[in-house]
Amino acid sequence: MPGLSTLFAKEVADHFRSKRIIILLAMVWLSGLSAVYIAAQSIREAAAGTEFVFLKIFTASSGALPPFVAFVGFFAPLLGLALGFDAINREQSSGTLGLVLSQPIFRDTVIIGKFLAGLAVIVLMLVSIVLIVSGLGLWFFAVPPSLEEALRIVAYLALTIVYTGFWMALALLFSIFFRRITTSALAGIAVWMFFFFFMSMIAGLVADNLAPVEEQSVESVLRHERLQQAISRISPVTLYNEATITILQPRVRTLGPVLVREVVRMVPSPLPLSQSLIIVWPHLVTIIGLTLVCFAISYVRFMRQEIRAP
Amino acid sequence: MGGQPVIEAEGLTKVYDGFTAVDHLNLRVERGEIFGFLGPNGAGKTTTILMLLGLTEPTSGVARICGYDATREPLKVKRITGYLPENLGFYEELTATENLRYIARLNGIPDEPARGKIQELLSVVGLSEVADHKVETFSRGMKQRLGIAGVLIKEPELIILDEPTAGLDPEGANAILDLIVNLSTEQQMSVLLSSHLLHQVQRICQRVGILSRGRLVAEGAVEQLGREALSAGKLKVEVEVAEATCALIQAVEQIEGVSQVERDDNTLVITCERDVRQQISTAIVRSGGSLVQMKLYGYGLEEIYLRYFQEEAG
Repeated sequence: MPGLSTLFAKEVADHFRSKRIIILLAMVWLSGLSAVYIAAQSIREAAAGTEFVFLKIFTASSGALPPFVAFVGFFAPLLGLALGFDAINREQSSGTLGLVLSQPIFRDTVIIGKFLAGLAVIVLMLVSIVLIVSGLGLWFFAVPPSLEEALRIVAYLALTIVYTGFWMALALLFSIFFRRITTSALAGIAVWMFFFFFMSMIAGLVADNLAPVEEQSVESVLRHERLQQAISRISPVTLYNEATITILQPRVRTLGPVLVREVVRMVPSPLPLSQSLIIVWPHLVTIIGLTLVCFAISYVRFMRQEIRAP
Repeated sequence: MGGQPVIEAEGLTKVYDGFTAVDHLNLRVERGEIFGFLGPNGAGKTTTILMLLGLTEPTSGVARICGYDATREPLKVKRITGYLPENLGFYEELTATENLRYIARLNGIPDEPARGKIQELLSVVGLSEVADHKVETFSRGMKQRLGIAGVLIKEPELIILDEPTAGLDPEGANAILDLIVNLSTEQQMSVLLSSHLLHQVQRICQRVGILSRGRLVAEGAVEQLGREALSAGKLKVEVEVAEATCALIQAVEQIEGVSQVERDDNTLVITCERDVRQQISTAIVRSGGSLVQMKLYGYGLEEIYLRYFQEEAG
């Protein structure tokens, strides 16, 4: 595809020059590192010597600060939105889209180049922060992670990259559908807030109405719980959170409601990585699917869009 | 290549949501020609240009640039065509040189030959001194000149300029127009200049096409268009004499080719079928009068233009 590498390089350079990305990067690093530092302090006293201690620096929290994964879960959507919300409409309003499209390149080169460049920035940022945190872990515990821990960290990283990619694809979609930059930014924030804060409440309300909990009825409680979970799984935020917990806490055996009589029969040992991955596989595939749907709609719309409004 | 036209459009039509922006347009621009594309705002000039470049798909009809179908082979068309859009934008946070380098790379020109070419072009358009300044500090005229440099970097066979002087002061506009004329004559480049500013088009274009509501209502050299539009193929000569006597007027009326003589004090307006200025002056001298001045009415585009749009309104 002629011009793709040129466009890709330009976009990546633009992202790293852009102040909002640098500010966001600084925020992720600062909050992530302080969370890990505080977590490490408390782990050293309490949990030294237990299994999967290395993974705990990602998930443990001392109470003063949320754990590292919570910070990443909070900032990843913002990063994705920041990378994409003005990708197309800014170039449209400044006239540079016309400049680029009148050069001998195909139109889809522009949108593919922008998507890949955003993805590259996401990979670079997340890999760097996770590597630094792992380095800190080594320094604190002087124990290298086991192979399984290392693989779980890689899986967590891949999951987070895909998740951030979804938010970027959504932002890209808005930047094509809305001509004004402020509108596309607000639309992105609105979707994020909806999923992040309101989805669980709405899932609860819907489940209360459709499957009310009856007294003395285990069946009704189970039905209610399952429905609530199914509804909240519409949200990629829920999918990501469930998958993160399963990957980083090997003791998580199931994500649905569990009865006490079932717990009694469970073997209280951590799951092997392959079993954890089987649990999160549907989550991962769904997030990838959502990303592709967003990108496909953006692509079609962008290819059909008239360069100027009639 | 020889006789192949640079631009050839046949029955080009574009319909947006039931509104016909361009209606069965036929257009031919020859190599090395500066063609003026005239019309009021909203006449369909920009839409036509976008179709010529393959940036918008025509509803029906074909556009060919140097023989390449703009819809089927847009990349080939865009490689040999430089386009300066109406609302031209550059990356404001990059310098003039960086912007041009990016355009060069998108055209597949390696950095090394591009470097010299960029310096050369910046000096052609008079921006050498600000080559490493960010574009956000540029005035509109400077951006427009940078735009022309950006168009030229791919060494195009055809350049299409959409309202290149819009928003510029007269001095800036003239500088751009002179640049265009020089390029066309020195490098044998064909130019399609779209504008609604008549005097500018008249100054530099050999041939013009007038577009109105998506239709090409007139096409040809400015002179020829004027004759057709204003006096049904006739010429007008204005003659001022020292004293307009009846004998003198009769003498003029008897010249072959003169169809009408109007008198206004000592000024005669003579309508004739061809250029008979020589015979007129001889007739005046023979009948004892003395000629003060004689003027062949030029056909200003303004008049031609008004005539076309009056007809349409009426």
